Amino acid sequence: MSKLSNQAYEEMSKKASPPSRSGRNIPLAFLIGGAICTLGEAFINLYMYLGVPEKDAFSLCSVTLVFLAILFTGFNLYDDVARYGGAGTLVPITGFANAVASPALEFKSEGYIMGLGAKMFVIAGPVLVYGLSAGIIYGLILYLFKLY
Amino acid sequence: MDIFMEYLKAFLVGGVICAIGQVLIDYTKMTPARILVSFVVAGVVLGAFGLYQPLIDFAGGGASVPILGFGSTIAKGTLDAVREKGLMGALTGGATAAAAGISASIFFSLIIALICKPKDKS
Amino acid sequence: MSTRQGKYTVKLDNAPSIVGFAALGSKRESEGPMAQYIDILNADSMFGQTTWEKAESQMQRQVAECAINKANLSTQGIDYVLAGDLLNQCIGSHYGMREMDIPFIGLYGACSTLAEGLGLGAVLVETGAARTVMTVTSSHFCSAEKQYRFPLAYGGVRAPTSQWTVTGAGAAVLGKGSMPPYVRAVSFGSIEDKGVKDLNNMGAAMAPAAAQTLQRYFEDTLTNQDNYDLILTGDLSLVGSDLMQSLMMREGYDLSGKHADCGLMIYDRDTQPVEAGGSGCGCSAAVVCSYIAQSIREGKLQNVLFVGTGALMSPVSVQQGESIPCIAHLVHLSATPV
Repeated sequence: MSKLSNQAYEEMSKKASPPSRSGRNIPLAFLIGGAICTLGEAFINLYMYLGVPEKDAFSLCSVTLVFLAILFTGFNLYDDVARYGGAGTLVPITGFANAVASPALEFKSEGYIMGLGAKMFVIAGPVLVYGLSAGIIYGLILYLFKLY
Repeated sequence: MDIFMEYLKAFLVGGVICAIGQVLIDYTKMTPARILVSFVVAGVVLGAFGLYQPLIDFAGGGASVPILGFGSTIAKGTLDAVREKGLMGALTGGATAAAAGISASIFFSLIIALICKPKDKS
Repeated sequence: MSTRQGKYTVKLDNAPSIVGFAALGSKRESEGPMAQYIDILNADSMFGQTTWEKAESQMQRQVAECAINKANLSTQGIDYVLAGDLLNQCIGSHYGMREMDIPFIGLYGACSTLAEGLGLGAVLVETGAARTVMTVTSSHFCSAEKQYRFPLAYGGVRAPTSQWTVTGAGAAVLGKGSMPPYVRAVSFGSIEDKGVKDLNNMGAAMAPAAAQTLQRYFEDTLTNQDNYDLILTGDLSLVGSDLMQSLMMREGYDLSGKHADCGLMIYDRDTQPVEAGGSGCGCSAAVVCSYIAQSIREGKLQNVLFVGTGALMSPVSVQQGESIPCIAHLVHLSATPV
């Protein structure tokens, strides 16, 4: 191969590679993400109508959406929506739920403990690690600088 | 009309937040995993500065359903817990606030994984 | 006698024959253009097993038995089996060949495994070290996704440059030269890495390796694309094929009209949602051990250069920020022994 630098090859690759279909992806993410959030809003209103205090209604909404996402995941329907939804299914809490349920389902073949149990957070783990850690750092700052 | 506006706000705000995520996926080298982590941490930061609650007040589900909302819930829980318990609260507050979502994810995933089988996408 | 040609190529003067060949596929492959040539098609990709990994072993077992039957032999008549696959520690092959009781030589060439097996097997037969050799390889969409990417139920979006791992297998039995296809020459590639880090763009990662092996073979044999009916790559698919042709053009070889790719033959990109095309060990195996071998046997193709391509990374190396090193092995398949 006559001398072709990696950068030059990267240029060639970029030209030969079809780009992501943003013209389709972004509007779909907007629509599907918006729809899921609207569904969430409906659940919040439903729970408040049923007498649940506002703060708990928000929590129950999360739990409900998590339940639905996991149900869809188990019955092989979630990825049909997610294929088009992109960030629209990933960014709402449904994305997190699907990321927990899908490895649990897939790795069941390696046993309930070492497969299903151990691998459940193989995708979603970082969200908890960094999200909770950010919260703890915030808490330490609050306490140490008496900002509360 | 009020109800319609309420749902419209939820739809628009939620949609925009997701669209931002999609822009990041399409135009940067950020993988979905990195985007989720960034969004949750951003949610904690915004919540810490009191910038996210106004958005939740405005758009309800449109702000609380995206993972940014999860982050801000962690921040809110931490603040409440530090006020109540001091230093211990720094550790417990975030996890307690996020507990509903986390426990639901774990438990429902377990049930569904026990009942269902993975299927070939072809 | 095997004689070395140039720096990289081995000419097999007493060209061995592929005396039996068989291919296997599942649902998506049964809906693609190669379906009518594939011996075993099963829409249930579990193949009657309980896990994807066990299914892959069953696939190898079935396609191996079929090839051996078509060669009018029994397992006792095979001196060596050369097999490999994409799974960690190649368990698809180990458990698949477990009951065969044939001396086993394990291979890892990723998607280039068939080419590697045909090449090594041909040399073993030609030099008299073996009377018959079987090479088997497979890939399974579900087991590959689980190991290299995401669980099946995970809601991810596939990039337009990504490829669909073929749920397929192929087996070829090599013996003394007696019928087409003949294996006339072999050129094993060296590892080539042009810095591509994108796991969703294997085609771009593998194209330089294919071009390098092909160019070296042309230079060793003092031939070019005009001496052959078909230059067939394993699984470069849309993006990689384009890049390989451009790379060869830079070296003065115009492959237009002569190049085909198994990844673009196994599926119809227009009607099947496979993004850039097919990939996996089973991709080239299912095409070469059916349509290609059959066409050469019937004289419809006279001289084919089969260049199997493989990406030699692992999820660990990618996570550690490494780029994707690739390899390509070339086998000259012919309707005539000289």
